[in-house]
Amino acid sequence: MTRIFVPCDSSALALGADEVAQAIVAQAAQRGVEIELVRNGSRGLLWLEPLVEVETGGARVGYSNVEVEHVAALFDADFLHGGQHALSVGVVDEIAFLKKQQRLTFARIGITDPLSTEDYVAHGGLEGLRNALAMRGADACQLLIDSGLRGRGGAAFPAGIKWKTVLGAVADQKYVVCNADEGDSGTFSDRLAMESDPYMLIEGMTIAGISSDATEGWIYVRSEYPHAVKTLNRAIEKARAAGWLGADVLGSGKTFELHVVMGGGAYVCGEETALLESLEGKRGIVRAKPPIPALSGLYGKPTVINNVVTLASVPIIFARGADFYKNFGQGRSRGTLPIQLAGNIRYGGLVELAFGVTMRELMFDYGGGTASGRPVRTVQVGGPLGTYLPESQWDIPLDYEAYAAVGAVVGHGGIVVHDDTANLAQLAQYAMKFCALESCGKCTPCRIGSTRGVEVIQRIRNGDTSVKQVTLLRDLCDTMLNGSLCAMGGMTPYPVLSALNHFPEDFGLTGAPQTAAA
Amino acid sequence: MHTRVAIAPEELVARLARPGQPLLTILHAIQEEAGHIPEGTIAPLARAMNLSRAEVYGFITYYHHFRTTAPAPIAIQLCRAEACQSMGAEALAEHMEQRTGCRFDSHHHEDGPAAVSLQSTYCLGQCALSPSMMINDKLYAKVTPKKFDALLQASQQACSEAAAKENV
Repeated sequence: MTRIFVPCDSSALALGADEVAQAIVAQAAQRGVEIELVRNGSRGLLWLEPLVEVETGGARVGYSNVEVEHVAALFDADFLHGGQHALSVGVVDEIAFLKKQQRLTFARIGITDPLSTEDYVAHGGLEGLRNALAMRGADACQLLIDSGLRGRGGAAFPAGIKWKTVLGAVADQKYVVCNADEGDSGTFSDRLAMESDPYMLIEGMTIAGISSDATEGWIYVRSEYPHAVKTLNRAIEKARAAGWLGADVLGSGKTFELHVVMGGGAYVCGEETALLESLEGKRGIVRAKPPIPALSGLYGKPTVINNVVTLASVPIIFARGADFYKNFGQGRSRGTLPIQLAGNIRYGGLVELAFGVTMRELMFDYGGGTASGRPVRTVQVGGPLGTYLPESQWDIPLDYEAYAAVGAVVGHGGIVVHDDTANLAQLAQYAMKFCALESCGKCTPCRIGSTRGVEVIQRIRNGDTSVKQVTLLRDLCDTMLNGSLCAMGGMTPYPVLSALNHFPEDFGLTGAPQTAAA
Repeated sequence: MHTRVAIAPEELVARLARPGQPLLTILHAIQEEAGHIPEGTIAPLARAMNLSRAEVYGFITYYHHFRTTAPAPIAIQLCRAEACQSMGAEALAEHMEQRTGCRFDSHHHEDGPAAVSLQSTYCLGQCALSPSMMINDKLYAKVTPKKFDALLQASQQACSEAAAKENV
């Protein structure tokens, strides 16, 4: 019986994958052909979605951008035996975009049925957890420190140090919280992980729990990801039934319980302390630090709080060892980063690579340039709080420190490409507007500065390009940068200043930038 | 479509507010069932959760996701963040306003409840397949003005068919 794979992640669904799957089943029945339909996750080759795969001759052959009206023709072309059709993309594993990647964390996505526990174990799942269960908590934390894994949510804090702090804290209850409030435009790696390989996150959180003596975990998923919430809830139910979660994790006698909560559509809840407030049933207002969440987090208890990709990277580190992971990457940026190619890009999707790749390679060798076919004007790296990189910075190796050296951020690894029709003054004004919309309101620089920022950029865009207005904008950015409580207000100046410094002509300004900063 | 039967707010809260659950989870359950958070749920919810009414009200109004009035039968959310902007979301937004006669993020309808509402949202996580939008609970990617027109027409048709069924 031929196995046919139709992805079930939200990208494929948004392009009609459910309807395609139904049409394939109906066509097969009509023709009296027996097939086994598997709803796999996404391979992350998003420009090909819905990417239908057929297992034939020991390989999986793909057909891209399949719509309902193509299905009959695919059967006519004998796609069940890999027959040629205008939509053929050949053997999926051989597609250069995928083959050149170093998929460690995302090794399973698209290959397995996200909700099949058998698939998960058959593809290396639970090896990390079994190893972690055989270790002392302190050794497990040390292993994670040695791996060099840093928080992939944007702050890049060493994950193992967080865990060790929680382990060392004395309390009657400790928690693991997963930040799945992936609100940055241009990012979707957390979503892909949750929708296409949820057990990986469950395993990573369980390892975090048993390594730091936390017995309860919460996954806080943004409300814009209802499909991820559904997938996680079903996966947790199955994991519990399989004995992977609960009072006796894999027969070890150790307890770890896991729950999912859906957020309320507030971007600032991606900030860890605002997220904790929100989870506690309060408005998502940022807390002043210290105390750090590792000592006083959820309900004031010691809490490991990491984002999805950080926790999802944990199982492979525990399965293959710290050295294996550390040997990828460069400098103090170890391991791999799932980079998300987004925006105006021809081949958009997930590219997991060791640190060190350049923006030019990503945009052109992987991304194939813009979707519009026009020249690339700029690329924003690291979400709405990331800088706009001019061409002179496209050859910097992707690395936390190398980016910081030019005032840029790696952030959550999201890359949004803009073609030459982009207006950077408009994008800078949007950055301020977004901050005004999403500010939690606790600190003045962010709450009021963002609104003043929208106004002053509007004045400049209206033609008042006097030194006075530009100085005012820079002064305002300086106040926000240095005076805000969290990254929301503190980093909104990054896109604004990079736009102003590298693309002054879009603001109607001529001549050299007034300062070299950012 | 959001065709809802009026439910007594106290009954909703009594059934959906379970102890130990986060307030977020309870509010999602109420909105899922009632289509919005009815004003009458605030007082019983405050009692059930041992909070003040102000705290509950403050919570509901802080989060963009929760609404205190019933949604339009066709509620459309368009992503207007950077990735979608880079693929023409702003031009699409203009087209949508023209096509529907509605304004984005306008909460006031002078001629009574509107059939369609347009809301801006900031990232649906489909940034490699921009622009993206949701129509009621269904997600769409790579939306063009032409594709939008077809989706809108299909939604309107489904709406009027549902209304016709109700009147039978």
